[in-house]
Amino acid sequence: MNGPHDMGGMHNMGPIPIEADEPVFHSEWEAKVFAMSFATFGNYFPVDETRHASERMPPAQYLSASYYERWLYALELLITEHQLVTQAEIEERMAQLAQDR
Amino acid sequence: MPSNYPGFKHGADREAVSAARVKALESLLIEKGIITGNTVDSVLGHFETKMGPFNGAKLVARAWVDPDFKQLLLADCNAACEQMDFPAGMSGAEGEHMRIAENTPEVHNVIVCTLCSCYPWPTLGLPPYWFKDPTFRARVAREPRVVLSEFGVELDDSVEIRVWDTSAQIRWWVLPMRPAGTENMSEAELAALLTPEAMMGVAQVSV
Repeated sequence: MNGPHDMGGMHNMGPIPIEADEPVFHSEWEAKVFAMSFATFGNYFPVDETRHASERMPPAQYLSASYYERWLYALELLITEHQLVTQAEIEERMAQLAQDR
Repeated sequence: MPSNYPGFKHGADREAVSAARVKALESLLIEKGIITGNTVDSVLGHFETKMGPFNGAKLVARAWVDPDFKQLLLADCNAACEQMDFPAGMSGAEGEHMRIAENTPEVHNVIVCTLCSCYPWPTLGLPPYWFKDPTFRARVAREPRVVLSEFGVELDDSVEIRVWDTSAQIRWWVLPMRPAGTENMSEAELAALLTPEAMMGVAQVSV
């Protein structure tokens, strides 16, 4: 599929952000989204489905999302499609956690 | 060239929104028994101690000192892994079909996943952020010599550059050239010279 993820050769991308002494993850949520994906793919859906799920992001969102924002989107999409969790449960839990804060 | 005009910006709460979603997902997945409270630590620990560039470094160092092993590594990377004292699962997630491309005085290899971030986890661990960045994914396919120069790799014009699109089918990595002046080094000393960048093709090995 010729989607926004097919980036090889795209023009006008600018300089590559090379970081010195880069941490493996920039934040705790990024580490967690990776770990939760790693723990679910293979057990509940194949790893290739995870990549495909991020490619199913609407193109404009795909291009403006960060790497782990795409992983988070893919994780949510797959755990809801595979009925491990419902979207309503996610929204409800977010509201609850925001209130507890 | 694109403009620098800052007319469009993500909201200042962008990070907080993702953090809150992740917190909700984590709490739901634990509650449903899909993950446990230890899952995050155990996955991260796996990449710190079992799957990382320390494995790739051992393979390359052995290939530098043992020509038969080098032939095996080039012909069948996964079979070469099996000869090492590596943890189980080296041919598992993201390591099912790994291949290594050999740098020579005439040919320099570099890897990219233009579609996302396929990478040989068992030998190199998790890729750096720039590897997953659209700028690298797009540009190294079009102008590898310029990109390599931005990483500090200046190649003579006579050196052919081969760009390998590492993918879900084959996960590529690079066998760097052994630097001069390392003739008396042990395998362990050689392994210590290797960096993930050298095994991706965006750095040379130096002593």
